[in-house]
Amino acid sequence: MSELMTGKIQSNPKYHRLVKRRDSLAWTLTVLVLVIYFGFILLIAFAPGFLTQPIAADSVIPVGMPIGVGVILASCLLTGIYVYRANRTFDPLIQEIIKEASK
Amino acid sequence: MRTPSAVASALLAPVMLLAADLARAADGGPDASVNWHAVVMFIVFVAITLWITYWAATHTKTATDFYAAGRGITGLQNGLAIAGDYMSAASFLGIAALVYFNGFYGLIFSVGWLVGWPIILFLIAERLRNLGKYTYADVASFRLRQGPVRTMAAIGSLIVVIWYLIGQAVGAGQLLHTLVPQISYKVSIIIIGALIITYVTFGGMKATTWVQIIKAALLLGGATLIALGVMAHEGWSFGKLFSDAVAAHPKHLEIMKSVVPIGAKANPIESISLGLTLMFGTAGLPHILMRFFTVTDAKAARKSVLYGTCFIGYFYILTFIIGFGAIVLVANNPLYVVDVTKNVLALKGGSSMPAVYLSHAIGGDFFLGFIAAVAFATILAVVSGLTLAGASALSHDIYANVIMKGRATEAQEVWVSKLCVIGLGILAVILGIAFEKQNVAYIVALTFSIAACANFPILVLSVFWKGLTTRGAVWGGYVGIFGSIGLLIIGPTVWTKVLGMGAAIFPYDFPTFVVLPAALIVAYVASVTDKSESAAKERAAFDLQEVRSETGLGAELAAAH
Repeated sequence: MSELMTGKIQSNPKYHRLVKRRDSLAWTLTVLVLVIYFGFILLIAFAPGFLTQPIAADSVIPVGMPIGVGVILASCLLTGIYVYRANRTFDPLIQEIIKEASK
Repeated sequence: MRTPSAVASALLAPVMLLAADLARAADGGPDASVNWHAVVMFIVFVAITLWITYWAATHTKTATDFYAAGRGITGLQNGLAIAGDYMSAASFLGIAALVYFNGFYGLIFSVGWLVGWPIILFLIAERLRNLGKYTYADVASFRLRQGPVRTMAAIGSLIVVIWYLIGQAVGAGQLLHTLVPQISYKVSIIIIGALIITYVTFGGMKATTWVQIIKAALLLGGATLIALGVMAHEGWSFGKLFSDAVAAHPKHLEIMKSVVPIGAKANPIESISLGLTLMFGTAGLPHILMRFFTVTDAKAARKSVLYGTCFIGYFYILTFIIGFGAIVLVANNPLYVVDVTKNVLALKGGSSMPAVYLSHAIGGDFFLGFIAAVAFATILAVVSGLTLAGASALSHDIYANVIMKGRATEAQEVWVSKLCVIGLGILAVILGIAFEKQNVAYIVALTFSIAACANFPILVLSVFWKGLTTRGAVWGGYVGIFGSIGLLIIGPTVWTKVLGMGAAIFPYDFPTFVVLPAALIVAYVASVTDKSESAAKERAAFDLQEVRSETGLGAELAAAH
């Protein structure tokens, strides 16, 4: 990678937009995963009674079970959202930035 | 360098060993029961993987082929291989067993083991691909001093790899020995050691990746069949499955309320520390991080995490059904239980057997044979990935970059790497035999703690924080490594249960809630107080690193062939 191209990229406002947008999406989703997961963990730690109550009067299934499965599904969903956004928005932007820098 | 006949004869050695053992097995006494279905399917799997190894060996010419499969793996393939690497026999047999004994509690582990994956995607997968070559130390040391940072990273990797290997080897030996009693524990481990040395030295990352992919497909298929069998038995009703389990389990409704292992006292700090360990430990396992160097580009790296996360999440939901299915179909069954009049849960062959016996309850000897063969395949695949990761830390980080300071040729580096594979394979066999009767319950805590407290934070800081310097990375890393080890030794699992020294000095099983913040604080303070000239250069080099990390410009290219 030439110094020249790096310099060009760094002075391209599109590059800064890319870094800002991607980092903000990445960290937002990271915080979201942390909130969801540690929400689950903190319920286990401090409010186990909530998780262990049955979902219905005549059921043995505890509330924690759909919540736990929900955390697993949410993990898949959030990775899907990131991949979708990155494929649609970031990849074309990176292509443009590199093309403009190789001129 | 390598002739096909030399490859072929080396490939045959483990098969001969197995054949010799089977011949002995055939002369076994009247009570010797060999599951021939398992043996035949295992041999078929071994034959297929050896053929793949032969193919991979003829297509492995450069260091990039050896370490990173020529960077030609697609997103879907790598997603399956990631799932293959991650869904170890410990998680298949282990989570099913955890659910079998403790009910709901098993789900907490499944969830914790999955949530590391989104974090890997959002923060490190693409950046690893863009910045690294063969090991995660490439990325951690990208703009820092090679010697000290790589040494620290390699020590962290090797401790994780070697202990993880011990856990896998002990589990493999016990499983093989239980299913084919005529093959002794020692011979079981030697067979496994010989096979993985063959796969990795000859086939490198290409063979390792394809072994992972096949094994992932087999394991997902096998687990799906068991879960379908359970649901068919329960009239396709989760309500019935869970109420039958509550009726069958000796602790009854307690299995639906277990937020800690049944019988243990609830401990909020331990729960939080366990959560941190599982989540960030996943994101710091060297053999997992290495997978991101095998794909064509950052886009494939990204997709592979999506596929991997979905496969692993699906698999964990299956293991949960399998665990509850085992409570219904395996517990109380005199065919599997040691003595139903004493304990309706305790199984013949040990506590990791619920999933294996469940397959027998559903599909008889044939299906048990299939699942047992899948479990061996799983262990072989995971051990191969681990061995390659350990060997690359030694050859690429320590030999090529620390000792030779980048002057080693590619051929020399690969040659050293192969020697390290053989060395690690033999070490795994020796340690696997030495640890046969040891309590190895602390291994998950040890490996995941070091990965969570040293590998992961230093990697993230070096990629995202301009201020990180060599001093910060090295000091922070060592606090993570030795803090984890120290607190584990004086914690309840080692101090009380292994060493028998009485009440533990540090009362928690998982030290991550102390060590991770400590490592971050030390890395921060040691970096900001570093006024040296080299530290200033390292900070200045961040912008250049960031361009490559964000755009992939200058990233290692996929091999042309």
